[in-house]
Amino acid sequence: MDLVQLQRQLVNYRTSLYHEGFLDEQFTQLQELQDENNPDFVVEVVSLFFEDSERLLNELSKALEQQIIDFKRMDARVHQLKGSSSSIGAQRVRQLCVIFRNYCEAQNVEGCLKCLQQVKHEYSIVKTKLESMFQLEQQILNAGGSIPV
Amino acid sequence: MVVETGFSSPRTDAFPAGLRVLVVDDDPTWLKILEKMLKKCFYEVTTCCLAREALNLLRQRKDSYDIVISDVNMPDMDGFKLLEHVGLEMDLPVISQFSMANVVCSAFFYSSNSIEPLSHKLRLCNVAVMSVDGETRRVMKGVQHGACDYLLKPIRMKELRNIWQHVFRKKIHEVRDIESMEGIESIHMARSGSELFDDGSFLGGEDTTSGRKRKDADNKRDDKDLGDPSSTKKARVVWTVDLHQKFVKAVNQIGYDKVGPKKILDLMNVPWLTRENVASHLQKYRLYLSRLQKEGDVKNSFMGMKHSDTPPKDSTAGSGLRNSINLTQDNVSNGSFSFPVNHTLAPSVDLKGHEGDRKGITSGPMTELKGPFSIDISGPRKAKSSKISFDHSLGSVDSVVNFASFGPTDTAQYSWNEIPEIQFKQEYEPLQLENGFSQLPLPGLQHHMLPEYLQPAVSVSPGPSITEKEATSSGFEVKSMYDEYRSNHAKHSSQTEAVGESHSLNNQVFKSISTTTSSMKSQDTIPNHLTVSEFSPKNLYEGVGAEDLQLCWPQGDCYATNFGLQGLDCTEHNNPAIVSETPFHLYDHPFDPTEYYASDQGLFA
Repeated sequence: MDLVQLQRQLVNYRTSLYHEGFLDEQFTQLQELQDENNPDFVVEVVSLFFEDSERLLNELSKALEQQIIDFKRMDARVHQLKGSSSSIGAQRVRQLCVIFRNYCEAQNVEGCLKCLQQVKHEYSIVKTKLESMFQLEQQILNAGGSIPV
Repeated sequence: MVVETGFSSPRTDAFPAGLRVLVVDDDPTWLKILEKMLKKCFYEVTTCCLAREALNLLRQRKDSYDIVISDVNMPDMDGFKLLEHVGLEMDLPVISQFSMANVVCSAFFYSSNSIEPLSHKLRLCNVAVMSVDGETRRVMKGVQHGACDYLLKPIRMKELRNIWQHVFRKKIHEVRDIESMEGIESIHMARSGSELFDDGSFLGGEDTTSGRKRKDADNKRDDKDLGDPSSTKKARVVWTVDLHQKFVKAVNQIGYDKVGPKKILDLMNVPWLTRENVASHLQKYRLYLSRLQKEGDVKNSFMGMKHSDTPPKDSTAGSGLRNSINLTQDNVSNGSFSFPVNHTLAPSVDLKGHEGDRKGITSGPMTELKGPFSIDISGPRKAKSSKISFDHSLGSVDSVVNFASFGPTDTAQYSWNEIPEIQFKQEYEPLQLENGFSQLPLPGLQHHMLPEYLQPAVSVSPGPSITEKEATSSGFEVKSMYDEYRSNHAKHSSQTEAVGESHSLNNQVFKSISTTTSSMKSQDTIPNHLTVSEFSPKNLYEGVGAEDLQLCWPQGDCYATNFGLQGLDCTEHNNPAIVSETPFHLYDHPFDPTEYYASDQGLFA
């Protein structure tokens, strides 16, 4: 694929992510923050998000496996996850966190379990998508082109 | 722009570039993003993911940062606590971040059904708090704790670009405080060489010092090193929350009826404190207590008298009344009272005559609070006296005050409320009020009623300093609106009450005050209205509904009246937008609510 095609593909892909609600405006903000001083800013931030989220999701899984579930603590975790996801614009994940928190507050184990599954699912989807997007970007850069905004 | 006071760094010329920001957030993603954003603003950024670590950094090098942006939801320490500490110990602006939520509405306005997500900050005090969850309650809490601003996450660049204003404003106020303090001091000195001037505290040293770096309670010292070469000659005592608490404890131990400065001083066991310091503080405290009591009896319509930011022009305008009033008391009380609460309050309270103090605005609620309590809040001239009123009210209403100043209100509150029962029973009438005033619903606040006092006070916290002249004219206009408010009052008071109740902070402290509050509620609604109008004169003029205005104040009012109320949901706040806007408007608007009162009461100096 030539450079122009790659670039077009990237733009389309990115647009679709917004349209499908995987990403929201915050992601755009991140991209705008990136500059020559920090050419990998977005990738770095998103990587931080991945790390943090995976840690939180693990903790949440563990929490739900306990005999006595500490809903408060779980709620705190979900809240954190909500915060991180909002930081990069991972909209769907964030929205699910809101619902998840409701279940925590209601101390609804079933609800929490289901929600956790959904969050994990959405998280992995957005992670895959973002990684694909970064790969595309890298391809463009490798081909000597620049990332279209 | 170059600000002389307070900026220790040589980069002032490039200000706001180089603004030293400390960002505290446990979320690494947000931390990185904020860092980047702030760097883009050409600020010097230090990041921290633990509140404790942040506090350590701040304590070690108090002068190293100009402003703190802190997340509220942090695992190791409640962001609010951090706020308190920073505001209390360091007199630094702290910004709160709140996460984007559908709810957040006027953080400081209680209502949780907020309306529109806050996209703009409210300029409260120098402390900006970040909160992740937009629940109103949290926002309010942030404000209460002295947040000078709160930001909703996700935070936008433009919001960060503006944070320097908090710092700048603070500096300006400090300068003004000093100037006005000195002005006042000299005037008073001329009038009465009373010993009350012995300690600088009468000058409201605290207030002034609020602008300065706050000292740790343990490091109390005369604030000679205010960083302002033009500081007053007298060493000022900073009545920090801790110091005040010691004071109150001593008073309680001795027994309010039997207290004397010497006894208190002995009990307090603070080596550097003089008997005079204590004497003047005691006077202010007495005034405060008596005012609390009076306020309980009468709804103070003079709310919102903000200590004007205007320089004390008419300090000598004191009428005969003034003279008869214990000037010293006023002055003294102004200074001292304001502070205990003031660590946080001071900045916002503007006792000192902060002009167009933004703090005032944020303190919209603050002034409000004062309103009921301190009607007279005279402005600059009587900065002192007005201060008293504010302070008093503030003292009692920590929650309220916090709003504006968002300082460690909790502590302040406690200190003030420690002897609520006693206070309320006290019949302390240090001042003689003019007849005109006596007609006012709040006889107790006589000293407040003085027109002279009124005028400046009216400037309304947020507002620009209002000259007497201006006040007068505005007063008339306000009058009509005032009536309008009155009619709305009943409606609003409930709201305000709700507001006050929602503050959980107040809960503990204000329980004792609840009696007062309730009595206040039944008071003439006028004060509330006035406060409201004062608060947002612009609104008045623009025909903003009284409701709105009132709501703007609610904080003040609520607190004033509802200290003890907790858990109310201020869902009735009509328009956070208005509220948030008013401060700005107020700045421009030379409206002097005090004037209103004057005209209303027929008390013209």
